[in-house]
Amino acid sequence: MEHEIIRLEHIDVSYDGEKVLSDLNLSIRDREFVTLLGPSGCGKTTTLRCIGGFTRPETGKVWFDGQDITDLPPDKRQVNTVFQRYALFPHLNVFDNIAFGLKLKKLPKDEIRQRVLQMLELVNLKGFDRRRIEQLSGGQQQRVAIARALINRPRVLLLDEPLGALDLKLRKEMQTELKMIQKQMGITFVYVTHDQEEALTMSDTVVVMNDGEIQQIGTPEDIYNEPKNAFVADFIGDNNIFDGIMRRDFLVSFGGSDWDCVDRGFPADGPVDVVIRPEDVKVVPTQQGMVCGVVENTVFKGVHYEMTVEINGLHWVIQSTDCAPVGSTIGIQVDPNEIHIMEKLFSGDKNICYGTITDAHTVSFFGGEVSFTRPDIDLPKGSRVRLTISPHDIEIVSADKSHAVGFLESVVYKGAYNECILYAYAIDAPIMIYSQNDEQVATDIPFRFDFEKIEVVPCDGEGQS
Amino acid sequence: MKKLFSRFYMGLIFLFLYAPIAVLIFFSFNQSKSRSVFTGFTLNWYREMLRDDMLMTSLKNTLIVAVLSSVIATLIGTLAAIGISRMKKRVRTVVMNVTYIPVINPDIVIGVSMMLLFVLGTRLLGLELGFWSILIAHITFSLPYVILNVLPKLRQMDHNLYEAALDLGCRRHQAIWKVVLPEILPGVVSGLFMAFTFSLDDFIVTYFTSGSSSFQTLPITIYSMTRKPVSPKINAMFTLLFLVVLLILIFVNLRDSRLEKREQERSSI
Repeated sequence: MEHEIIRLEHIDVSYDGEKVLSDLNLSIRDREFVTLLGPSGCGKTTTLRCIGGFTRPETGKVWFDGQDITDLPPDKRQVNTVFQRYALFPHLNVFDNIAFGLKLKKLPKDEIRQRVLQMLELVNLKGFDRRRIEQLSGGQQQRVAIARALINRPRVLLLDEPLGALDLKLRKEMQTELKMIQKQMGITFVYVTHDQEEALTMSDTVVVMNDGEIQQIGTPEDIYNEPKNAFVADFIGDNNIFDGIMRRDFLVSFGGSDWDCVDRGFPADGPVDVVIRPEDVKVVPTQQGMVCGVVENTVFKGVHYEMTVEINGLHWVIQSTDCAPVGSTIGIQVDPNEIHIMEKLFSGDKNICYGTITDAHTVSFFGGEVSFTRPDIDLPKGSRVRLTISPHDIEIVSADKSHAVGFLESVVYKGAYNECILYAYAIDAPIMIYSQNDEQVATDIPFRFDFEKIEVVPCDGEGQS
Repeated sequence: MKKLFSRFYMGLIFLFLYAPIAVLIFFSFNQSKSRSVFTGFTLNWYREMLRDDMLMTSLKNTLIVAVLSSVIATLIGTLAAIGISRMKKRVRTVVMNVTYIPVINPDIVIGVSMMLLFVLGTRLLGLELGFWSILIAHITFSLPYVILNVLPKLRQMDHNLYEAALDLGCRRHQAIWKVVLPEILPGVVSGLFMAFTFSLDDFIVTYFTSGSSSFQTLPITIYSMTRKPVSPKINAMFTLLFLVVLLILIFVNLRDSRLEKREQERSSI
């Protein structure tokens, strides 16, 4: 195994008071192809910028080959970057763009010429040296950007969604080519993408990120076969993810029935996430099925059919080589080995808040920002109360109707609803909402409570807000 | 019919715009001093203009001030624009508003307020108003035009270009010189020309900031000449001045249209 070349230690970064990376730790080995994978706004580009030297972490250290480079400016680092929109210099032609770094180093003209031509060959752009940048297609510009970075012989190449602007066919070609270049040059690639397929096909190691934190680090096989939590499982493939209850070791309950499984060590009767991959569900005649459901939708995907089947109120995604007609009833079987049990992203299945009785029948909570009056609450003024709010009883609404605002950290489809986890500013803690709509992660989302359904009980001393 | 009318209307507008200048150019070739009767063609007034020391000195002064002030203003303004573009949004808005003030302020206010400031300054330092005060005043009122020309170019520029330059081994000042400057050059050049023409024909600010010194620019000299019956050699001078400005204008426009064409090519790919 190669030695470590980059280490990020306890990195914290925020922009305008908003935390982008929190306590990030990452180690990258020499000659490794590492991919930072996550939705937009998850902090993957910021991580790359910390390595490149364009963003200075507020706390934490960046190590390069055993040296502390936290305060080293970008021009002093043995690292080069391929930027998202290529950032080629429009006033220079292809040759001068690629030669830029070497000219700064004041190398002899002959050597520069020779190395540029060599690079052009490597990226399949022989004979393009006199072209103007605006005369090139997106794919060709991409190749120039790679050549411009690689000619400086960096130890590490950083790539920020380099294939994002290319069409599908070109993407696939470039993926193979990039992988080849990495092998040929024998250097480390740190690659940022939001495309899970790209990450799985190209990388030695995949780092799945969300909301400024690393969710899982592993080989593509690890990440695909053993996702660590529902977020990773959701992001990496079209997995079925359901809310379940762990009855006891080797027995989980979800979708209205109990299932044998191979996991243990979870607290009895505790909430868990259940993940089942669509290709692991077997379609069988109804009498042989562990459960039965009605086919809602089928799509032909080339190798297999992808069906949506409603079973006890949950929508399952199932891949099968046989097509069952829409509206027919089918049975399904799942091997206990293929039922993956994970700890929930959110602790518990209900939101717990603390509040104060401010007036007759009136409760104030959420850091004093939200209050409501309900005649059935009859507690002395000033007493502390605990509020239990079901995720079903919080609704995502437009800003003018909202009670409070939260930063959306993750959305996972749970077969019947989206499980949204928001960071609520007012209480400096996460809350969970079940929503029927798709929301954009890493944005501020306004929401309102259904006051009628909040459970209010008196409590003494526990909780602060 | 409609087309005919629109042509006529357009001709009328151009007539109003250019008739005074046409008359001026026409009479600069007039033999007699009369401003209404054309008695015959001559280049006499041009010869006399060139022989007039006072006119020539003030022309030289005007050009010195215009070149120096526009170059210095372009230098300071470009650096200021780069600084402003890096500011946080709130600070930037404030700074931009402050920058706009000299643009919307009447010249007379700038002139008088500058005079007051310079008088105070010269009293304290024991200096006199003159070349330096005029130069500083011209730099000051040209500065916003440079900033306003350069800033949009900086906005259009992909910020990653600067970072790419750093990434490839540039120090910060090298990155600005080698990558940012070529990108914003069109804005810098327009700013320079604007500053130059504003300085060239400024009268009010110069009038107030020149004090009682003998350093006179062309507009001031001509103004003092109009108190007596005006010699047609001024017509000759104006004709030349007009031609210079016209040439600059044509040059700038040609360059702009060429840049636009290239930009279109770039975006069509």
